[in-house]
Amino acid sequence: MFTILSRIIKYGILGFRRGGWLSAATVAIMVLTLLVFEGLIFFNVLTKIAIESFQDKIDISVYFKAEAPEDDILKIKSSLESLAEVKKVEYISRDKALEIFQAKHEKDQTISEALDELKDNPLLASLNIKAYNSSDYAAINNYLSADSFKKSVEKISYAQNSLVIERLTKIISTAKKAGVFLTILFAAVAVLITFNTIRLAIYSYREEIGIMRLVGASNSFIQGPYIFEGIIYGLIAGVLSFIIALPLIYYTAPYIRVLIPEMSLWFYLLSNIFTLLFYQIIFGIVLGAVSSVIAIRKYLRV
Amino acid sequence: MINFQSVSKIYKVNSHVSTALEDINFNISPGEFVSLVGRSGAGKSTVIKLIIGEEKPTKGRIIVSSHDINKLKQSNLPHLRRHIGVIFQDFRLLVNKTAYENVAFALEAAGRPQIEIEEFVPQALEMVGLSDKMHNFPSELSGGEKQRVAIARAMINHPDILIADEPTGNLDPFNTAEIIKLLLKINELGTVVILATHNKEIIDELNKRVISLEKGKIIKDEERGKYDL
Repeated sequence: MFTILSRIIKYGILGFRRGGWLSAATVAIMVLTLLVFEGLIFFNVLTKIAIESFQDKIDISVYFKAEAPEDDILKIKSSLESLAEVKKVEYISRDKALEIFQAKHEKDQTISEALDELKDNPLLASLNIKAYNSSDYAAINNYLSADSFKKSVEKISYAQNSLVIERLTKIISTAKKAGVFLTILFAAVAVLITFNTIRLAIYSYREEIGIMRLVGASNSFIQGPYIFEGIIYGLIAGVLSFIIALPLIYYTAPYIRVLIPEMSLWFYLLSNIFTLLFYQIIFGIVLGAVSSVIAIRKYLRV
Repeated sequence: MINFQSVSKIYKVNSHVSTALEDINFNISPGEFVSLVGRSGAGKSTVIKLIIGEEKPTKGRIIVSSHDINKLKQSNLPHLRRHIGVIFQDFRLLVNKTAYENVAFALEAAGRPQIEIEEFVPQALEMVGLSDKMHNFPSELSGGEKQRVAIARAMINHPDILIADEPTGNLDPFNTAEIIKLLLKINELGTVVILATHNKEIIDELNKRVISLEKGKIIKDEERGKYDL
């Protein structure tokens, strides 16, 4: 068993070395495929972070009447927190609202003077609500519009922002769908191209495969070296594509940051370098080996 | 050793039927040297394909080295082929492997230990007079040299049967004589040799058993035959 395995490995390496330009061309195609694969990983990370950052910017606020007791507000807060759709609820009391307002308009003398003129705090207490999904805001709005809350609730900001929220929700859901679709499409194209390249490489060996059968080699002994060669293609292409991707990501990262400030592509790469390299190599190896297995089967029936 | 019992081979391509062999009977005993003669399309190659299990008979029964070809499974073909060495007109060497590797491959495929390979392969190449070109690739060898590599490869497993399908078809007279000499030497060592050819000179000079085929039928089977078609 060990003897057979070592021979398979030996012939796999020899085949790769002697394949010359054919090996080089196959590796080159696989490098491109794996770059697409890596691009898809980054695309998905970017979409996820972009969507999260969008979603984080959406919230609704519910303002309470000036006479509404704080206890009632806090009860509504805890009832909101028990909803599955709600991620976070922040209570801003009238005093706190005033504090924030003053801090925000510190330099605006007119506003500061106007506030001083008023004896009473003109601002209302509010709850700031963030949902897990932007599509959940309509449901939260309905919940808050119930009659039982009418006596305390002054207004809900959803009515003013619903158009924007709905639009953003649509954009986010379209972006998610487009991401999945593009990932599947590009992955399929890349896999098919690689498979065809390996199929062509093996097609050029079809006579050899027939000869090996005539000499009395078993199918596994014939297949083995080609599969191992496929693994070598995948391994080399995996490492090469990763090396090529490094400068590409380094130089595009600042541009991405302009679009999505939360995202540092380079930092993401550095903090996941081994996982990414591992995926890249594993994907390459599996792609190379599986393509070889499928491509060679046809020629083994001599 | 090889037994053909009422063997017919009919090829059907779409609705076109062509009979390659019709009711063939012969028996080859251990140690024999048999020439298979006939014009192109007479059925020589079909007989060879049937012996090595590349094809199965449409009718009749074939026994080769105690293997029943009719019942042979695809997975058992390698075992049968390790008992049969085959050489072809177009040599059929593995172009990406050196002469040494081509010969070693047959042993490696049979799972023989490395130590045997290192001992037997140079011996086999020496027997065919190619010790100095062991590490050359087929593209660096002449036609005669390629055929000698093919013979070394066919013989390395010490097969019971050696089949030579037009082995001299691509060779000059000098190399032809050398190859035939090698085949006779192999036969003297006890291997059955089946030589398919339409080279009249070779057959007449050999003075061995000749099976003559014409249009898929055996028209003559003589103990010490001549080329007479």
